[in-house]
Amino acid sequence: MRKVITGNSASAYGAKVSRAEVIAAYPITPQTSIVEKIADFVANKEMDAKFIKVESEHSAMAACISASMAGARTYTATSSHGLLLMHEMLIWASGSRAPVVMSNVNRANGPPWSVWADQHDTMAQRDTGWMQFYCESNQEVLDTIIQAYRVGEQRDIMTPSIIIEDAFVLSHTAEPVDIPDIGVVDKFLPPFDPPSKVIPGEPYGYGSLVMPDLYMDFRYKIAESMDLARDRLRQVDRDFQKHFGRSYGGLVEFYECEGADAVILTAGTAASTAKDVVDKMRREGKKVGVARMRVFRPFPYEEVRKLAKMAGAIGVLDRSYCFGYAGPIACEVMGALYNISDRPPIRSYIAGLGGRDITPEVLERLFDEILAFKGKGSGEEVKWVDLKGLEGL
Amino acid sequence: MIEIRFHGRGGQGAVVASNILADAAFQEGKSVASFPFFGVERRGAPVTAYTRIDDRPIRIKSSIYKPNYVIVMDQTLLKAVDVLAGLKDDGAILVNTQRKHEEMGIDSRFKLATVNATGIAIKHKLGSREAPIVNSAVLGAFAKVSGLVKIDTLVTAIIAAAPSKKEENALAAKDAYAETVVRQ
Repeated sequence: MRKVITGNSASAYGAKVSRAEVIAAYPITPQTSIVEKIADFVANKEMDAKFIKVESEHSAMAACISASMAGARTYTATSSHGLLLMHEMLIWASGSRAPVVMSNVNRANGPPWSVWADQHDTMAQRDTGWMQFYCESNQEVLDTIIQAYRVGEQRDIMTPSIIIEDAFVLSHTAEPVDIPDIGVVDKFLPPFDPPSKVIPGEPYGYGSLVMPDLYMDFRYKIAESMDLARDRLRQVDRDFQKHFGRSYGGLVEFYECEGADAVILTAGTAASTAKDVVDKMRREGKKVGVARMRVFRPFPYEEVRKLAKMAGAIGVLDRSYCFGYAGPIACEVMGALYNISDRPPIRSYIAGLGGRDITPEVLERLFDEILAFKGKGSGEEVKWVDLKGLEGL
Repeated sequence: MIEIRFHGRGGQGAVVASNILADAAFQEGKSVASFPFFGVERRGAPVTAYTRIDDRPIRIKSSIYKPNYVIVMDQTLLKAVDVLAGLKDDGAILVNTQRKHEEMGIDSRFKLATVNATGIAIKHKLGSREAPIVNSAVLGAFAKVSGLVKIDTLVTAIIAAAPSKKEENALAAKDAYAETVVRQ
C-alpha cells in the first residue's frame, strides 16, 4: 500500500510490519508521533504487542533489554536528550546481546536548547556497540527497521540497531512510502529465536560479575559480531532487493562517484539534496559525486577505501562535531585511509547543526571548493560552513 | 517542480492542509513532499508549512525559499509576516479575506486570489465561531486558483484526512472552489 506519510509514521509502520512484540518508550520532541502512532496501533489491536509506558528513556531501554532477553522482538524510539539519558543502558543492551531495534530522530543536544536536526546525539553513542543506520528517505526509514531485525537477530550477530532520521527533514515530512504487507515481510523476516531466553520461574543470573581472565573475551565476541555484521548487512540489503524491489547500496551508496573529481561523503538527508546538485553540476560538465554513508557502525572501511580510489578529492560533510578534532565521520574516514597509498585530499566540513538548512546552493559551493583543492591538498582541514553572528557570543 | 508555502496561525490547520494537498496530488500520480516549519507550537502563533509537487521523484530535502504559490490562511498575517518573501514573479497568492483586491496592496505582478474561507468555515460549523478551522475551504480555493489538483480528488483527500465532520469539510472546500475571486 503506497501512502503519503511522515518519517515518524514510517518508523511506526516499520515496527508494526516487523511484528515488534514489546514497545517501551518515553515521548520527546520530535520523536513523539512515532510512539503515539504505535500506541494507537496497539490500542486498536492492529498490532499484537505490549506497549509499556515508562518514566524515562533509561527505563524504556531497560524494559526493552529485559523483554528482548525473554525472547520478545522489541522496539523503542527516542531523540537527543532521551538518547543521552539512555547511554548506560545502550551499553547494557549490546553487552547483553539484546538485538533491540530503536529509532532515533536526530536532534541537537542542548544547551542552547534546540529541537532541530543534528547528528551529535547518535554520534555520541558511537562506542556503545550498536549498529547505526542513517536514512535519507521515509521509505528507507521503514525498510531499514526490517533489515535491522533481520541482521541483528541472527545468532552470530545478536546486536542492537539504531535507525536514524534527521529531525523534521524526515520525521515531520510526508512523502510517498510503500508500506509492505505484513505477509510479505514475514517471508523475509523470520520470528526472533534467540539461543537462550529468560524464563519466569526459572531463576538464572545474567550480566553478573566476570573476572579479569574472561571479561575481555566477552568484549571480543561483540567486536567479532560487529565485524561479521558488515558483510551480513550487504547481503541482507541485496536480499531485500529481491523481496521488495528496493535496496540502498549496502553500507555506502555511491552516486556518480566513479572517476569523480570531487565527492561529498555524508550521512542522512543532505545526501539526497546533494544528488540533485550532482545532476545539475554534471550537466555543466563538472565531475562530482555523492557517497552516502548509510551504515556508520560497523564502520564501512572497505567502501571508504574503494571511494578513495574512485574520487580525486573528498569533502566529508558532518552534521555534528567531535569537539577537539573534526567532524566525527571525517575523523573515521581519514583514519580508514591511513594504511592505503594514493589517498585523495580530504576536508572535514561542519554544516547544518541545530537544523540549519543544508541547501543546494551550499552544497554546490562545497563541490566547487573540493574541485579547487583536488590535486593540491585540502589546506584547511576542518571548515565550519557559513558561521554567522559570532559577534557577541 | 511546483512549490507552495502556507502561512497560517496555530489551530487553523496549515500543516494538515499541506499534507492533504500533497496527498491529493499523489492520488493524481505526482511525486510529493509536505513539511511544516516547526517553530514553537502555540495556538494563534504564525505557522508555516510547505508542499512540493513534481512529475519526478523529489530528492531535495531543504526548505522552500522561492515558492510558486503562497497561501495566507489568516489576513492578519499580511502585516505580521513577509508573506510575499521569495514568491516567484509569475507566482500567485491566495488570501483568506473579504477585502477587495484593490485595497490589499499586493503587487500587480502576482496573480491574486481571495476567498472568505473564515465565513465558509463558520457556515459549516468547522471549529468555533471565534477560531474557525479554515483549511478545507482554503484548499478548495487553492484548487481553483492553481488548477494543480482536481476538486474531486481534493475532496476525497479531505474526507480521508478529516477526523470528524467529513461532509462539512468537503462542502467547505466545494463552496470555496465556487466562490474564489481571481485577479489575473
